[in-house]
Amino acid sequence: MASDDRSGRRSVLNWLLGFWGTGVFGAVLYPVARYLAPPDLPEAATLSVSAGSARTLPPNSGRVVPFGPRPAIVIRTGAGELRAFSATCTHLDCTVQYRPDLQHIWCACHNGHYDLNGRNVAGPPPRPLDEVYDVNVKDDEIVITRRS
Amino acid sequence: MMWPHLRPWLDERLPLADLTETLRRKTVPHHQYSVWYYFGGMTLFLFGIQVGTGALLLLYYRPSATEAYESVQFIVTRVPFGWLIRSVHAWSGNLMVASAFAHLFSVLFLHAYRRPRELTWISGVLLLLLTLAFGFTGYLLPWNEVSFFATRVGTDLAATVPLVGNGLVRFMRGGNDVTGATLTRLFGFHVAILPAIATALGCLHLFLIQRHGMSVPPSVERRVTEGAGALRAIPFLPHFILRDLFAWTAVLALMAALSTFYPWELGAKADPFAPAPAGIRPEWYFLWAFETLKHLPPTIAGISGELLGVAAMGAGAATVLLLPFLAGHTPRARRLVLWVGVVALAFMAVMTGLALTGAVP
Ligand code: FES
Repeated sequence: MASDDRSGRRSVLNWLLGFWGTGVFGAVLYPVARYLAPPDLPEAATLSVSAGSARTLPPNSGRVVPFGPRPAIVIRTGAGELRAFSATCTHLDCTVQYRPDLQHIWCACHNGHYDLNGRNVAGPPPRPLDEVYDVNVKDDEIVITRRS
Repeated sequence: MMWPHLRPWLDERLPLADLTETLRRKTVPHHQYSVWYYFGGMTLFLFGIQVGTGALLLLYYRPSATEAYESVQFIVTRVPFGWLIRSVHAWSGNLMVASAFAHLFSVLFLHAYRRPRELTWISGVLLLLLTLAFGFTGYLLPWNEVSFFATRVGTDLAATVPLVGNGLVRFMRGGNDVTGATLTRLFGFHVAILPAIATALGCLHLFLIQRHGMSVPPSVERRVTEGAGALRAIPFLPHFILRDLFAWTAVLALMAALSTFYPWELGAKADPFAPAPAGIRPEWYFLWAFETLKHLPPTIAGISGELLGVAAMGAGAATVLLLPFLAGHTPRARRLVLWVGVVALAFMAVMTGLALTGAVP
């Protein structure tokens, strides 16, 4: 009788102990886990940026400029046309560049190739460059604008 | 003379006598493979060097995107012997990875993971993964071009993991992109969180080794049971320790030579808005994985190539971790483990070779 009573009491105590432990553990762990995940900072949406002088960008060349927090690439084709794309490689996030010898856009990281329309044509990139921007020139200043 | 008085005073307060007695009685098996026993101690020694030189670097290093590169430049150009401390930290880190890999493969090939050393193996594999994490987090700290893009690629790989991928990337980068926030975060991991975990795990690993002693390879064991000679052993103190110390001194000399004649390059400062230069690559111990990814097509049977690559590497790591439970106990099963190990080693060597020689088109 007495031993039954004791083991009953023990299981209640064990249960309380477990409850206490889980509570303390959870109360410590939850804020720490949340703390580790960085807060979402709302980014002011960049609509258009200046991409420097048009005169200094000769045909068959390109230039990488900041577009908000990310890079964009402006190129002048061999035919003299200006185009702009997001410069972040769709493979693993490197920044692409213009290769005058190949006459198209190239990513050095894993040898990814994009054509003059930003389409992935060779190498590991799985899809075209993420954004195509509108390009305007005002008094020699190249302005690239996000398409609405 | 102080010692004759000090000794009894200390003995009364610390279990010194027990400790020396245990060490005096401890022996280490001695056979044709016992040279491989030294790689674990070597890794520990190099870890000690990392802690020491790391602490010294901390006195001048500043973990922010605007100052990190300049502070490392200051260390190597202005601080007396700063070049030496930084180079030793870099070289010793690399040697530590090499030594840890040598230790893992020797333990694998000598089948030292067998019962009752399963937990020793698991803690060891976790320590190796931690060593790689040290390498990955430390790589970005000088904030140079190559490490900046290598970190962008390395962290973006995590995005291929289904469901939790994006959260993982944000966790590692401290935001959506590799920025100063990433630098500060990886710095915190490198100098506080990882060392704390590595120290705790390292203590467990050492305790388990002390508890079970050095494993004797099955082939040596068999020879002994077949009566072809008894198992020889050498005293831990001083024989084994002296050999250990000798090997450590040799590596220390090697490190001094490497640091002096091949000081670790700093490269150009990272510019987040410059194109990735050619020749972006991670440290040599990640090269085989990097090269494998390069050869994977964008999609395989409708599934992203990276995802398959990452999944294969994850499965590989899980297999290594759980090896003691997966490998059978028969000599045939052990031969299988041997062959799988050889194939894995050959694959990594070939891929690394390709990455090192492969010209960028
Ligand atoms: S990141 Fe551009 S090809 Fe891999």
